[in-house]
Amino acid sequence: MIMNSHLNRRTLLKTGAGAAAGLGLASIGGRAFAQEDTIRIASLLDLSGGLDAAGKPMQDAITFAVEEINQAGGLLGKQISLVTYDTQTDMRLYPQYSQQAALKDKVSAVFGGITSASREVMRPVLRRLNTLYFYNTQYEGGVCDRNIFCTGITPAQKQSKHVPYAMNKWGKKIYTLAADYNYGQITAAWTRKYCTENGGQIVGEDFFPLDVTNFGSTIQKIQEAKPDFLYLVLVGGAHQSFYRQWAAAGMNKQIPMASTTMTIGGEQMVLSPEETNGILLCFNYFEALETPANKAFLERFHKRFGADYPYVTELAMATYQSVYLWAEGVKRAGTAERMPVIEALESGISLDLPSGKFSIDPQTHHCVMDINIGQIQDRKINILESYSQQQPLDTSGVCDLKKNPDDNSMYVIKV
Amino acid sequence: MDLLVVLSFEALKAVASLALISVGLAIIFGMMRVINLAHGEFLMLGGYAAIVATKAGINIWVATLLVSPLVVGVIGMVIERTIIRFLYGRPRDTMLATWGLSLLLVGLATTIFGNTTEGISAPAGSLQIGDYRIAAYSLIIIVIAVVVFAAIWAVFRFTRYGLIARSTMQNADMAAALGVNPSRVYAVTFGVGAGLAGLAGGVMAPITGIVPTIGAAYVAKAFITVIGGGPAILAGTVSASVMFGAIDQIITYLSTPVIGEVALLAAAVVLLRFMPQGITGRFFRRAA
Repeated sequence: MIMNSHLNRRTLLKTGAGAAAGLGLASIGGRAFAQEDTIRIASLLDLSGGLDAAGKPMQDAITFAVEEINQAGGLLGKQISLVTYDTQTDMRLYPQYSQQAALKDKVSAVFGGITSASREVMRPVLRRLNTLYFYNTQYEGGVCDRNIFCTGITPAQKQSKHVPYAMNKWGKKIYTLAADYNYGQITAAWTRKYCTENGGQIVGEDFFPLDVTNFGSTIQKIQEAKPDFLYLVLVGGAHQSFYRQWAAAGMNKQIPMASTTMTIGGEQMVLSPEETNGILLCFNYFEALETPANKAFLERFHKRFGADYPYVTELAMATYQSVYLWAEGVKRAGTAERMPVIEALESGISLDLPSGKFSIDPQTHHCVMDINIGQIQDRKINILESYSQQQPLDTSGVCDLKKNPDDNSMYVIKV
Repeated sequence: MDLLVVLSFEALKAVASLALISVGLAIIFGMMRVINLAHGEFLMLGGYAAIVATKAGINIWVATLLVSPLVVGVIGMVIERTIIRFLYGRPRDTMLATWGLSLLLVGLATTIFGNTTEGISAPAGSLQIGDYRIAAYSLIIIVIAVVVFAAIWAVFRFTRYGLIARSTMQNADMAAALGVNPSRVYAVTFGVGAGLAGLAGGVMAPITGIVPTIGAAYVAKAFITVIGGGPAILAGTVSASVMFGAIDQIITYLSTPVIGEVALLAAAVVLLRFMPQGITGRFFRRAA
């Protein structure tokens, strides 16, 4: 009896070990097969936490782009598979997930990062691990690194049009409210530059950490300074309360506002029309663009995500278009390997996308694109003015990746 | 001159907000010695109660002034019966339990409402003072704070429940010997404290908007105010709110909101260094 059970146990162990080994082999085989069969990319976006309002539409956009390309037959005869990481508005998760995407998933490219702070955490990790990186948020400009492509608009494209347009419309005295980190600080500096260059005057400038919700005394300070309009560089959910408090004080009828960030998290749908009417915006993309490419895009997108989808935001469109730029690079390179794709993208890729003609500037790895001024009216955005094919002049002033391909800096451009 | 009026008005509003968000904690901590680390989450629940009720079509005043305190008060009583009552006299365990509770409530709210900022617009329009405009809602916050404090004072001073509650907190055994059921008094008092936190959360919701994690922004300020105020619950909360609220607003006006908060914390550190028992530990010792 005892012998028997002992033997039994031993056979059991042997069979078990054999089975485990078999399973292990099978899974290794499966992995290798999967790698040959699909091209992997990763998205690292804040799908929860304070920045989720901005992150979720970006995730929808990248999902949609991948689905479209796959339905059209994929890339180089392979399907694209998207690995999604929710970075939860938590700075610690960016480097961790960047490493996982590069080492464990071995992705061809990483798309994501929302704040400039998160980008500067991800960028060195992905550069060290030789993984191509697409950053798709409007930002302060100045990133110079051959491993990254920035598809968002920069101050020379945005503030250079936005600030003078608002000054012509409303007057020359500006009060700036900005988020207190690199994006807000540097954007405020650009605003000051374009304001003074056009004969204006900054009558006040205040910076707020991302968790500030009480703007009471600031609203009094603004009234004391009597600006012609406000220039707002506010970021995230907490700062939304500024628009509520401003309207509650009845100031929305006294002093007009221009904002760099309003609508990127669909805020115009959350706040009431009285709180957001008249706010002047400046972006690459608005849903109201009358191009055939955009109309076709919106039709396909609404078919996939529902007719009641709130708004395709600036950042969502930049994310969508970045996937197409990358796919074009892969097609031209004939491979998804990093260096050939970078070289193909540097050969001057230009695509006709929903936001208009969209080209990569090889010297800076930023994009040349159309810029539009819009104004919110009853939760819709009307386009008031368009500027064709604007160059990222801020970054090209400090960055030349053709001359210095090994440059790896985040230049704080002196303005 | 107008500016002075407007600024003192802003400072008063800051004082009133601080007093409102602290008073629930002052009752739970001051009277019952329960260190309630879930106080911020009670405020958060009050905010959500107000927003959900308003969006369901209930009048905004009913939502903030009635629904919020009632909902959170009932939740508070349930929590007292199921968790807190087993932990009286064990401050460290209470801290752990309420901290866990706060994490649980944040998680629940995130699951139900999502981790996004929700909000309602402030009612009541605006007021013109000379060249300046202020939100009429600020004035309403000041009025609510005054009414709430007057009501609490009157209840504890003049009603039978107030007398029984105070006596139970002083000596529960003696109160029990005289025929009071201390367990029920504790439950009701905890409910009242929670309800006041809910009221504050509802009243603040139109100004700040609500996210599941907003409690963290409140709980530290509330504790600083209550501890700075010292043993007398009402007088302490009011005096500490006046001091910290005014410092915060004046410094914020002169510099930035960040420096304002730093000044508030610095003032609290200095205060507790020289008056470890809080303001009412040294002054107004006989106050309620």
